[in-house]
Amino acid sequence: MELYTKTISECQSLIRNGQISSVELTRSVLGRIASLNERLGAYITVTGDTAFRQAEEADKIIRSQPVENLPPLMGIPVAVKDNMCTEGVRTTCASALLDDFVPPYESTVTGRLAAEGYVLLGKTNMDEFAMGSSNETSAFYSVKNPWNTEMAPGGSSGGSAVAVAADACIGALGSDTGGSIRQPAALCGVVGLKPTYGRVSRYGLVAFASSLDQIGPLAKTVKDAAILLQAIAGPDTNDSTCAPFEVPDFTSSLGRDIKGIKVGIPKQYFIEGMHPRVEDSVKKAINQLESLGAKAVEVDLPHTDYAVSTYYILATSEASSNLARFDGVRFGVRRQKESDLMDMYTTTRSAGFGPEVKRRIMLGTYALSSGYYDAYYLKAQQVRTLIKQDFEHAFNSVDIMACPTTPAPAFRLGEKLDDPLQMYLNDIFTISANLAGLPGISVPCGFTDDNLPVGLQLLGRPFDEENLLMVAHAYEQSTDWHKIKPKLLDI
Amino acid sequence: MKINKREIEHVAMLARLKLDDEELTQFTTQIGDILSYVEKLNELDTTKVEPTSHVFDLKNVFRNDVVGSSLSREKVLSNAPEGTGKYYKVPKIIEQ
Repeated sequence: MELYTKTISECQSLIRNGQISSVELTRSVLGRIASLNERLGAYITVTGDTAFRQAEEADKIIRSQPVENLPPLMGIPVAVKDNMCTEGVRTTCASALLDDFVPPYESTVTGRLAAEGYVLLGKTNMDEFAMGSSNETSAFYSVKNPWNTEMAPGGSSGGSAVAVAADACIGALGSDTGGSIRQPAALCGVVGLKPTYGRVSRYGLVAFASSLDQIGPLAKTVKDAAILLQAIAGPDTNDSTCAPFEVPDFTSSLGRDIKGIKVGIPKQYFIEGMHPRVEDSVKKAINQLESLGAKAVEVDLPHTDYAVSTYYILATSEASSNLARFDGVRFGVRRQKESDLMDMYTTTRSAGFGPEVKRRIMLGTYALSSGYYDAYYLKAQQVRTLIKQDFEHAFNSVDIMACPTTPAPAFRLGEKLDDPLQMYLNDIFTISANLAGLPGISVPCGFTDDNLPVGLQLLGRPFDEENLLMVAHAYEQSTDWHKIKPKLLDI
Repeated sequence: MKINKREIEHVAMLARLKLDDEELTQFTTQIGDILSYVEKLNELDTTKVEPTSHVFDLKNVFRNDVVGSSLSREKVLSNAPEGTGKYYKVPKIIEQ
């Protein structure tokens, strides 16, 4: 078995037992990337030289320290979505505007991974500024789904999801504003976790919608996701929206009995028109949870139908404000036709942003503009309160919720690109967790007849990633879905 | 039509974007469609509903007023498309 197929926890033992070195592991994964990346497009930047240097340093520490002193991620190769700042390593957000941007500082999350001695493999492809659900809005190249390369991998963390699914990394980080970790995880058949809003620092994450954005792991197993979350979670003086709460030991709750756990099944998440095999797989997964001792109870989230509208007002409004900073003055690619400042701003932005980013900036600018604020932004923030209250109410009687991650499996590349509204509806089951700030995880739960993966989404109470991971792990370990890998026969 | 071309042009100006004819036509239709879709929110009576300002009611976060470390001027300016090494350079903004 090739080393690149291993999970984080397998690599930990192999490294600690002295069976493999971090350099060997890194070489194996970089070789895998080299053989696949042109075809799959998962990475924008591969940091081969620095990866070997970091791996060598890790090996030195591993040889000189007692095993019990080694941090969990020492020597483990990880991929990072290209919207998290990595000092000295180009960070583009998959935008032509940031083509040459090299951050002068490190994001908190990658700083924490570095403090554990991780190996950065490179920066993964994404929808431009994380705006998209198919990874097709990348200014560089689209990403292909390894289960069928004519299909989209989902987005916006499509590069990270594909890197995990195709064994082109050991684990990865993504970010999730409306489903951008969970949706591509579901469509690529891997585990994707969006933590509670405020569980993980956003310092150094290029902001899209600040009240919704959250960084989280994409991984081969639930345990690996727990290990990555452990490394990045916790308060940060550089991000005042990061919650001042103690971080529990996420891996210690894994393997506990889920007997008696109450699982809410939101009836609004099983809708007419959803893919029959998705519905079927998720219902079977719920039966499986019951057979493990969980109690399934129907719950009501009456405002679910309003989530997409609420989201696309709030997210675009926040984006229009956040992306105002890309004006060609302090960073990015400046473009100019005339000699005046206004021309420099508009030419830089018009040439630098792709169509989806422009569309969202325009929509948000409109929603926030004079005379429309109350009708759109304020209204959406009020409906957000109702959506949040739905969950508060439902979580009075259940511990966790189970539902599909997406209404359908991976769709064809290009299929929804010209119809933004259809693309947005793809996020129908993931958006509410962002609006309500809740943690959510997608775990593989089956395949369609065309051999495309299906994701089971579990949602938890705020800051209760422990139970979420525990139930996800119990389900995963009682099935074989996570062990099935794409064949990539044509490569 | 929920929004017309003239309004789209105005919004583009506010957002410091210049749209070509094709974009203008396309965005007018697409943004119109999206605005019609979000009309859905008006089905809900929200007169007595507090808007969400922070999802977990996080209040102001204070820290001690202590000087911390900061980036060097050189590092901060390192990504400037045009600079003098000490300042950002922008097109002239004061009319003579």
